[in-house]
Amino acid sequence: MIKLTGINKSYKVGNRSLQVLKNVNLHIKAGEMVSIMGSSGSGKSTLLNILGILDTYDDGEYLLNDALILGMNETKAARHRNKMIGFIFQSFNLITFKNAMENVALPLYYQGMSRKKRNALALEYLDRVGLKEWAEHMPSEMSGGQKQRVAIARALISKPKIILADEPTGALDSKTSVDVMKLLREINQEGITIIIVTHEKDIADATDRNIVLKDGEVMTVNKAGEVIS
Amino acid sequence: MFDIEKWQEIFDVVKANKLRTFLTAFSVSWGIFMLIILLGAGQGLRNGFEAEFKDDAINSVWIRTGNTSMAYKGMKPNRRIQLTNEDFDLIKNSFEDIDHITGRDGGWGAQMDYKEKTGNFPYRGVHPDHQVLENTIMITGRFLNNTDVREKTKVAIIGQDVVVELFGNEDPIGKYFSMWKVPFKVIGTFNDEGSRWENKMVYIPVSTAQQVFGGKPNLDQVMFTTGTTPQDRVTQIVEETTQMLSDKLVFDPSDSKAMYARNNAEEYKMFTGIFTGINAFVWIIGVMTIIAGVVGISNIMMITVKERTKEIGIRKALGATPGSVVSMILLEAVVITTIAGYTGLVLGVFSLEYISTLASEPGTFMNPGVDFTVALTSTLVLVVAGSIAGLIPALQAAKVKPIVALRDE
Repeated sequence: MIKLTGINKSYKVGNRSLQVLKNVNLHIKAGEMVSIMGSSGSGKSTLLNILGILDTYDDGEYLLNDALILGMNETKAARHRNKMIGFIFQSFNLITFKNAMENVALPLYYQGMSRKKRNALALEYLDRVGLKEWAEHMPSEMSGGQKQRVAIARALISKPKIILADEPTGALDSKTSVDVMKLLREINQEGITIIIVTHEKDIADATDRNIVLKDGEVMTVNKAGEVIS
Repeated sequence: MFDIEKWQEIFDVVKANKLRTFLTAFSVSWGIFMLIILLGAGQGLRNGFEAEFKDDAINSVWIRTGNTSMAYKGMKPNRRIQLTNEDFDLIKNSFEDIDHITGRDGGWGAQMDYKEKTGNFPYRGVHPDHQVLENTIMITGRFLNNTDVREKTKVAIIGQDVVVELFGNEDPIGKYFSMWKVPFKVIGTFNDEGSRWENKMVYIPVSTAQQVFGGKPNLDQVMFTTGTTPQDRVTQIVEETTQMLSDKLVFDPSDSKAMYARNNAEEYKMFTGIFTGINAFVWIIGVMTIIAGVVGISNIMMITVKERTKEIGIRKALGATPGSVVSMILLEAVVITTIAGYTGLVLGVFSLEYISTLASEPGTFMNPGVDFTVALTSTLVLVVAGSIAGLIPALQAAKVKPIVALRDE
């Protein structure tokens, strides 16, 4: 599903060049649920952005579903994101002036689906995350857990191959975090690949595999979760 | 292509930002409203001025006399200078350029009776050419002719208001009415687009007026037209006439109280120049107002894009292409500008219509309004202005990087 080979990425900070990812090699199979851990500044968000085609890489090779993701223009990248990838963010990133149903339906708007059809589908997905009754509510009227479930429904609606979750439980209490992780596991069991960026060990432990990033490099981890190289 | 989904999306955004939309729309509306009012006011001034001139032949010269204000050749000031038939003949015979000439001898408030009806109206004793000088439009019958003047006939041509007040629904042609108890036969009725007094006027032969009501060959005014004579020559004729009358009637030729010659063509030319200037000024202010509006919208849209960076980032992450982001911002600007501008346009036109009902009488300000072409051009300018105003912010929005935007808290 995802194959990264020798990925390097650096940013310009003033006159200096800061290398964020160093020779990253990674293979994630279809249907896997993996976590990416690392301390602040280890490059995990950059890696997630590259995986989500939100950012480019300097050199190496990124294959998504056997297609090379390289040198895409913005329009093509947007279409790819819309069809292949669902995003879940720590701060939910719902559009504040749209209600839950309209937020969930938004990715389908960019597929050219009619409002009636996409709203009907959005209701189905809200039902799936247990929020059908909240369809007409605005994000400001919802709790953090509810907002995140709306964001999950939005990530699922375009039937993506991968879901990229950036600290999905970072803004939630522990009980809600467990619920959200449960929901993600259910989704994963339907065959959707899930990649979660987290710094919480509990969350990482709830995934099939943990990838550890340190100073932009992927570390090898033993069965006990200890970094061995 | 008309994409209803896109419009609904824009409507959602506009609905979500009511105050911002209102303020943007108001600045555009106000700009266009002011432009229309300014253009209409300019037109109103021009209409008023043209109506004043429409009343009289444009290539005409009007000579009237009064009391001297300067001592001249041993004569004291405050001496009455009186035009007579002799002066009329002198002017008429001195210049070949004159194609129509008339004297005028009249009075105000003459009592006129027809059957049991009575009224007070102004009258003028004139020559036949007066019709050309005053642009008198005959409705029925005829105007005075040379025979009427030569024979001193008691005939009259009466204005529309006199017809209504004295004759009501009766056809006045051929009927006799009395002016200060002297019977006159109505031989014509007329309409005049000048001041409200013009349609209350009664014209009689100048010779009859002099004999019946004055007993002297005096004239209040002498007016003539000069056909297609060039303006320089007309100015020369005016100067020569002034000199001629100054010699004959003994007054200082520079004494404008003793004799005043109004050269309509010269005044018309001067006013036309002034109004061309006013018109240009109004357009410059109007265009500046629109530019200020465009800059205002552009500025507000820039702030909007900044405010909506996160939302744009989310949209991009969810699959919005740069094209769809550009069209979203651009269409929003165009929609706001067009609707607001059109509202300003309609309000401006209605206001002008209202002002027009208050200023429909000839005067310095009359029937303000804008023509269809100006309204259409303004609408087109608005759409273009809206596009320009939205373009820079839209391009800026398209450049928003989802990663940066999503970090933007």
